[in-house]
Amino acid sequence: MAHASIFRNRWLPHVLILPQLVLTLAFFIWPAGQAFQQSLFVEDPFGLGAVFVGWDNFAILLEEESYLESVRVTLFFSVAVAVCSLGFGLLFAVFADRVLKGAAFYKTLIIWPYAVAPAVAGVLWLFLFNPTVGVVAHLLGEWGIEWNHTLNGNQALFLVVLAASWKQVSFNFLFFLAGLKAVPLSLVEAAAMDGAGPWRRFWTILFPLLSPVAFFLLVVNVVYAFFDTFGVIHQVTGGGPDGATNILVFKVFHDGFLGLDLGGSAAQSVVLMLIVTGLTIIQFRVIEHRVHY
Amino acid sequence: MVENRPWLDLLTHGVLILGAALFIFPIYIAFVASSHALPDILAAPMPVWPGGQLLENYGAALSQGASAVETPVWVMLFNSLVMALGVAFGKITISILAAFGVVYFRFRMRMIYFWLIFLTLMLPVEVRILPTYEVVADLGLLDTRAGLIFPLVASATATFLFRQFFMTVPPELCEAARLDGASPMRFFFDILLPLARPSMAALFVITFVFGWNQYLWPLLVTTQESQYTILIGINRMLSVGDEQAQWQIIMATSMLALIPPVVVVLIMQRQFVRGLTGSDK
Repeated sequence: MAHASIFRNRWLPHVLILPQLVLTLAFFIWPAGQAFQQSLFVEDPFGLGAVFVGWDNFAILLEEESYLESVRVTLFFSVAVAVCSLGFGLLFAVFADRVLKGAAFYKTLIIWPYAVAPAVAGVLWLFLFNPTVGVVAHLLGEWGIEWNHTLNGNQALFLVVLAASWKQVSFNFLFFLAGLKAVPLSLVEAAAMDGAGPWRRFWTILFPLLSPVAFFLLVVNVVYAFFDTFGVIHQVTGGGPDGATNILVFKVFHDGFLGLDLGGSAAQSVVLMLIVTGLTIIQFRVIEHRVHY
Repeated sequence: MVENRPWLDLLTHGVLILGAALFIFPIYIAFVASSHALPDILAAPMPVWPGGQLLENYGAALSQGASAVETPVWVMLFNSLVMALGVAFGKITISILAAFGVVYFRFRMRMIYFWLIFLTLMLPVEVRILPTYEVVADLGLLDTRAGLIFPLVASATATFLFRQFFMTVPPELCEAARLDGASPMRFFFDILLPLARPSMAALFVITFVFGWNQYLWPLLVTTQESQYTILIGINRMLSVGDEQAQWQIIMATSMLALIPPVVVVLIMQRQFVRGLTGSDK
């Protein structure tokens, strides 16, 4: 943390940090404190009065069937998104790492979806799977699969997982490729001379060396699935049908802004903040481990 | 490549081409849809080749919007651009200054500042959405660019990256500058800033994409159609109730909405990769 060389000045460092400090206090610390405070009150939706209820909001939350359902949906959704996007990211990275000719070409073709907004990815897949006009829905119909994600909860969940993962693969691809390029070629060559085939080399050399990257990506992907996929859910299913895609972030928005249940929404925010904090701590540990390598 | 295995080479290219196709497919369909008249799209199966309505559809979207959203798409594109640039420049400016302050000075409160800022490292706006909305409303910033941009600017990730970068700058540079009698700000502008340019470029790509792709926050803060960002506009075009959504316009708008961030990423691929992974390969 300490830098060897420093300037002496009484007021300048405060001035330098001031803009960031003001924004952080106004839009991060203060609202986070508000959320904690609100989570302990039951508030009138029109702001006319508030009654202190202690942990009641949390207790209610944990008994509410729709909240528990949302927790289950979120867990399934996050695991599915992380597995799909990590799996395909690794697959493409391993093959792209093998290629000598055209590597840059393939890389360009695979990384651009990173820049596509989750909300736009949602619309693209929504159009493909739209029950009346969608190309894929039409094809599925010809194969005897009745597709209607507005009625079928499993199909809705499949669709949002697809849209959310599609865009995340390229991010994981980049990290895995960088990880693979960092593996010394001599290691791989030595194993090849000892007669280890590509399959074996992958599992005994490359995969273990990639595991720190993979763990870091796992945390990032879970954070992505928890929070950044709001746009996908809002565009594609709106949490429906019947709560089948109602992930936690969507529920905070839904209960707070449409249901006007301020205390309950605040309690949900606090739970989410605890989850993020936990994930951040895990991530920091992992990053430190990587530095010690 | 370590050994010669023709079948594996074949498999390699096969998998990569399949992967690339998987990424292109939705875009191609969207492009085709954006080039036909609505009845052609509604007649299942949809045509697989581009039609003749391309210019009409994009022209209509840009100048008139869709039936559900009367605001022309170019206005919403402009709003998105302002937001993305605001977030990118705002983040880079305030965080490079803060990182400079934290790394190159010793003062009381330093650790308090440090922890206040880094507490927010991964706290996305989504988790504190309602209270943040209330703060912005209390400040009278709803439906303003400031209200749209500021709450997204103050995250510690960029500060953290600049701090890491400053720690790797040799202390001798700073010593030399001090011996020559340079003030701290002079050192910052003449030496540190030029050195930090690659990091700034990398951060620009990432924060621009981050800003352009914001969805939940603009959804809440912008209530007037003229203030919509392009992503909110697309959502509103879809919410037509029982009417038929104008898919040809929606797809044209979606294509327009994904072009700017994709172009930024593709043009600045190297900086982008370095910014994300810390490696150039």
